[in-house]
Amino acid sequence: MCADSSLRDRFERGLAAPICLTWELTYACNLACTHCLSSSGRRDPRELNTTEAKSLIDEIAAMQIFYVNIGGGEPMVRRDFFELIEYAVGQHVGVKFSTNGTRIDEVAARRLAATDYLDLQVSLDGVDAATNDAIRGVGSYQAARQAMDHLAAADFGPFKISVVMTRRNVEQLDAFESLAEHYGAHLRLTRLRPSGRGVDTWDELRPTREQNRTLYHWLIERPHVLTGDSFFHLSPLGAPLEGLNLCGAGRVVCLIDPVGDVYACPFVIHDQFLAGNVRAAGFGTVWRESELFVSLRDEGSPGACASCGSYDACRGGCMAAKFFTGLELSDPDPECVLGHGEVALAQKVEVRRPVSTSDHSRRVSIPLRTRA
Amino acid sequence: MVIAAPSVDFDASRAWALSSEVSLRDEAFGALAYHHGTRRLVFLKSPELVTLVRALGSFDSVNDALDAHVDAPQRARYYAALAALQRSDLLRVR
Ligand code: SF4
Ligand code: SF4
Repeated sequence: MCADSSLRDRFERGLAAPICLTWELTYACNLACTHCLSSSGRRDPRELNTTEAKSLIDEIAAMQIFYVNIGGGEPMVRRDFFELIEYAVGQHVGVKFSTNGTRIDEVAARRLAATDYLDLQVSLDGVDAATNDAIRGVGSYQAARQAMDHLAAADFGPFKISVVMTRRNVEQLDAFESLAEHYGAHLRLTRLRPSGRGVDTWDELRPTREQNRTLYHWLIERPHVLTGDSFFHLSPLGAPLEGLNLCGAGRVVCLIDPVGDVYACPFVIHDQFLAGNVRAAGFGTVWRESELFVSLRDEGSPGACASCGSYDACRGGCMAAKFFTGLELSDPDPECVLGHGEVALAQKVEVRRPVSTSDHSRRVSIPLRTRA
Repeated sequence: MVIAAPSVDFDASRAWALSSEVSLRDEAFGALAYHHGTRRLVFLKSPELVTLVRALGSFDSVNDALDAHVDAPQRARYYAALAALQRSDLLRVR
């Protein structure tokens, strides 16, 4: 995207429709990753049905939202998955979807390859089974690699390998790059945030300050590596990273969850950031009129970052990361590269981390079936 | 995707139009342009540029469109913006 500052001001005041709309199709998932941002596992019985999902796609098309990021849960476990993505593409809504790969066999890979205007990313959090499976579960590495093999064999074209950066895999950056090259794939790196089940694992998994610095320099040298604008909190380390360098929540970004609830961003599935429901009002009305979104688009105040010379580079960082670590939204990002977030946390008499208001984790874990 | 420098390949004596693979969405700052083929999003940073881009298809050349829509002092800027759009594959020769 473009870092032009006049445009950034416009974006902070919100757009007619989101640029980056994520739609989680289901909370059902056959994995149970320890950092899952949506605490997925069990299907929610209130999930939008096929008819409701299609009318939502109609509205997305009418609002000229050019593409939708589909996720979950594992979107491919929905029986109408192909029906919905093919319907979206038919309405000229491009689909970018995110999958753990477990449902991509030969047949699915061929069907995906035959669909136009479809991008997909397979999640992988380590370049070897040991690193990956410690987070994503036993067998998940093998399943993801098999999915990639099937996609390559079906000539899908360049898919994405999507990696959440953790303390355990920053050292594997070069190896991830080689893996992506091996498949002719694009590498996409995103930030671990303390959202969903990540609340419980963030302390142990988040990159160290030194690792964040390594990551920043690695990214600066590789502008072709995709990041979904995730790491702008690192921009005060030097030249700004590619992207808008602002929190887009409720301004250019939002989430529609499986039951039709609209949140400011995929990383803030919490009542405090719930703007409304598409069943009641329709998505457009929620986007344009919800009190929450209108207030997020108000002239933001730099808060505790006001005296920091780097405010223009990082705009105080990520709202979700602040909220779920118990900081105020006017505080610096907990991973502020100048250390101000840690100071803010240390100064709290008592740090209270918010409790999840939408947990779909399975109570017992089921072992993953992998195709040998 | 910053709209900036002019391109030599962009022949303003020919007739161009918005590619059929591109959708425009009006916004207060101008418009978002999305290329469904390359999946790239480009920002048109003024409503005047959006009007010009939409009008291109009904002129015999880019020069004619510029004559009709843009004051002389602004001409180089708009020409450069169009050339950049063409480099992003948003415009097609008719
Ligand atoms: S103090 Fe605030 S503005 Fe400064 S670098 Fe840290 S988070 Fe960014
Ligand atoms: S809350 Fe964080 S993840 Fe969400 S849009 Fe803002 S910066 Fe991005």
